[in-house]
Amino acid sequence: MEKNNFKAWLYLLPAIIFLAVFLVYPLIDVFIYSFEEGYNSASGSSFGTGIYNYRYVLRDPYFLMALKNTLILVLITVPLSTALALVISLGLSSVKKLRELFQTVYFLPYVTNTLAVGLVFMILFQKTEYSNGLINLILGIFGISPIDFINGPYFAKITVLCIYTVWVVLPFKILLLTSALASVKQDYYNAAMIDNTPKWRVFTKITLPMISPTLFYLIITGFIGAFKAYSDAVALFGTDLNAAEMNTVVGYIYDMLYGDGGGYPSYASAAAIILFAIVLTVTVINLLVSRKHVHY
Amino acid sequence: MKVTLQNLTKTFPSRNKKEQKEVVAVSNFTFEIPDGTLIGLLGPSGCGKSTTLSLICGLLKPTSGKIFFGDDEVTHLSPENRGVGMVFQNYALYPHLTVKQNITFPLENLKGKDKMTKQEMAQKALETAKLVQIEELMDRKPSELSGGQQQRVAIARALVKMPRVLLLDEPLSNLDARLRLATREEIRRIQQKTKITTVFVTHDQEEAMSISDLIVVMKDGIVQQIGKPQEVYNDPCNLFVAKFLGTPPINIFKGKVKDRKLYIGNTAVMDTDIPDMPVTVGIRPEGFMADEKGEFECELERIEVMGRDISVIAKHEQCETPVFRAIINGENEIQGQKVRFSLKPRKVYLFDNEKGSRIEVN
Amino acid sequence: MENNFEKIEKAAKIRRRISKTFIYLMLSLWALAVLFPFYWMILSSIKSYSSYNSEYIPRFYPADPTFLNYKEAFTGVPLADYFLNTLIFTLITTTLMLLVIVPCAFAFSRMNFRGKNLLFTFFLSLMMIPNELVIITNFVTITNLDMRNTFAGLILPSVTSVFYIYLLKENFSQIPDELYLAAKVDGTSDLKYLLKVMLPICRPTVITVTILKVIECWNSYVWPRLITDDKNYFLVSNGIQEIRENGFGRENIPAMMAAVVVISVPLIILFLIFRKKIMEGVARGGTKG
Repeated sequence: MEKNNFKAWLYLLPAIIFLAVFLVYPLIDVFIYSFEEGYNSASGSSFGTGIYNYRYVLRDPYFLMALKNTLILVLITVPLSTALALVISLGLSSVKKLRELFQTVYFLPYVTNTLAVGLVFMILFQKTEYSNGLINLILGIFGISPIDFINGPYFAKITVLCIYTVWVVLPFKILLLTSALASVKQDYYNAAMIDNTPKWRVFTKITLPMISPTLFYLIITGFIGAFKAYSDAVALFGTDLNAAEMNTVVGYIYDMLYGDGGGYPSYASAAAIILFAIVLTVTVINLLVSRKHVHY
Repeated sequence: MKVTLQNLTKTFPSRNKKEQKEVVAVSNFTFEIPDGTLIGLLGPSGCGKSTTLSLICGLLKPTSGKIFFGDDEVTHLSPENRGVGMVFQNYALYPHLTVKQNITFPLENLKGKDKMTKQEMAQKALETAKLVQIEELMDRKPSELSGGQQQRVAIARALVKMPRVLLLDEPLSNLDARLRLATREEIRRIQQKTKITTVFVTHDQEEAMSISDLIVVMKDGIVQQIGKPQEVYNDPCNLFVAKFLGTPPINIFKGKVKDRKLYIGNTAVMDTDIPDMPVTVGIRPEGFMADEKGEFECELERIEVMGRDISVIAKHEQCETPVFRAIINGENEIQGQKVRFSLKPRKVYLFDNEKGSRIEVN
Repeated sequence: MENNFEKIEKAAKIRRRISKTFIYLMLSLWALAVLFPFYWMILSSIKSYSSYNSEYIPRFYPADPTFLNYKEAFTGVPLADYFLNTLIFTLITTTLMLLVIVPCAFAFSRMNFRGKNLLFTFFLSLMMIPNELVIITNFVTITNLDMRNTFAGLILPSVTSVFYIYLLKENFSQIPDELYLAAKVDGTSDLKYLLKVMLPICRPTVITVTILKVIECWNSYVWPRLITDDKNYFLVSNGIQEIRENGFGRENIPAMMAAVVVISVPLIILFLIFRKKIMEGVARGGTKG
């Protein structure tokens, strides 16, 4: 086929323009911002270059709080949601009746508006002057005194944030794991059954190695996703996350950019690059570990 | 271990929702497999042979009928409690485990008094690997093995726990032609050495004939004939069996019996002793003899020389197929447009036109 | 011996039944956990304001169902406007995206030009750029262009997605070359071939991409929040946040829940219609958000 350079570039042009303006240029620019000291978005001027922005961000108590919250969220929700998704998917793939119905139901949170459903979680967990809230009433049955999960103590708030996050991320994980489980050939299970292999051994020696690529994919994307948590927190605690002590790193970035304390794109850039560096490191570690353990 | 199948029937619900008819995969199968024999279950695809194997294995439960291993009834026992070994068509070797780990896998499942130490397992695995001649491959992964080697590993894994019955599902279908010949000899050798009752499924009649002690020919879930390979070949009970066994296949002609003579077309080709009726005539390729005075005259199409024998491809208007094939001794010289044969009566079979059943001739 | 086998089998059967029961119990429990918030939001949305606030122990059924909250949701706050904004935003963004990515995927899969592989690799590497990094400059760009609180500002940065280009290109490449050559021989232009042959054949993927984009647009929150502070340009996510913070003049949870129901319903309906396609598309590599 003859090279049709001009026409091809014409077809590509719109995509290239959009990507250049909104993806490539910003990527370069964010590094520049992060090293420009005292940049003012109104006047577009800066004092000079240096690592001041990074130093500022790393000393900012709000950033440190956001980082702590994010790390707690990552460390709790990633293992918890992956394990839960695995258990549920295993259950799903071992039954025939009602399977499609369950699958459909489990996927629902994926298509719902995080902000909207977050409000439902809020009223379920909230303690107001009218009512202790449904969750507190249920906990009351077990003799636990009512706690305000939304405006109350730190551990209560982080707990409900973790619960909501797990609820939101599970559909994707369940979907991927069920299809990974379905792709394991029945012959392997038959062969194992004929050899009178105990269930637990079938799971650890056959199922787990066979789905390990998907499992590691989920863990990697799970880490990345959890590090970027933000709208779940907004849904539960409102936009003023700093006041609620529930801010996340991404929330900190946006707050720096815009809002009551906003107008500092340099600080936001520095924070974004720090976050990116953390995520990149974790991902690389994950990949190294997975190379050791994923079999093919 | 003797295996007994008693009136074994398996039906599946029809996939077509409009028709409420059930699909009968295996129908009323009764057979006693003698201890230590190699049985070939043979038939075209969809004949129920694989279903039968799954029933013996326990992966499927029969709709009715019973299965015995020795004197124990195992009909309702799950596969894990039957003590069978199975080689799957695609081998089902665990891709993430080495050959050694694959072979020891069944041993590690043993419990109670059968439990083995690590050394015993390694010892046993090595013995079995030696039996199938793969002891040098122990540390490889299945993906690093050739098809034939994978096949041997699969057999070793099935054999290592000394199963009461060994089951092989189309064991040679994934191998190329040359390997297939070698591997089927191998299966025969291993079976004779271990004396484990073995059932294998195949659609390749040559494969079944060459290594089985007994073959079971099936069609549409119904057993057609059971016997030693040569007996079944020489004495097929119906047209299906006659057509299914033998390469090149049997030649089929339209014929009729009149006044104690068998006619193909207008010529009487053979004496016979049955009443007058139209019949289907099956003649094995080796049932023809070149004979200038022979009764059976055909139009010569071409000749293929195959060393010792020659294959005469000829036309006859009563033949079911456009041409048929006769294999005759290479010393004969065939020339001209016409060729004349006389027939060996023992290689000529008569079948009922409607039912296809064999008509016995004395 | 025979007796023994029977015993083994009976024990195994009981064990199987117990584990089946346990599995179904677990599955139902999670289904309940998923569905309960939906049930609760519908339930709360049809309780009247006074009865909701008077129930110290919430009732699991509405004593006196009312649809007044829905009226309140549309009149008390500009919910209809939020809705309309979201609809406009979703439609334009999705349409623009298709107009941009379809020719691009076509060029990558069917046309020959210098540097094609290099450029495609570059495109793929763009997939790894996290949104958080680029959103900062985009915010500044849009602000400087004076496009805050405009649809253009909302839409433009949301148009392209490298991932969808990749999905489409893979699908386009599966169509055999012969079809293209045959069309060429018949004198079909590239554009006509794309519209009349390729798109119809690849319809399932195009639909999947469209639906995924619609979901993404409908639920987008972060970018709209940064770029709009004028209520007239709020999307539903921002709208619901606004309702949460400033409400209906007073804390009116039933009305808030009515708004939540209204916002959630369109996507749930879309999901139930295109269930297979959506789940397939997501399984092929979509991620949340």
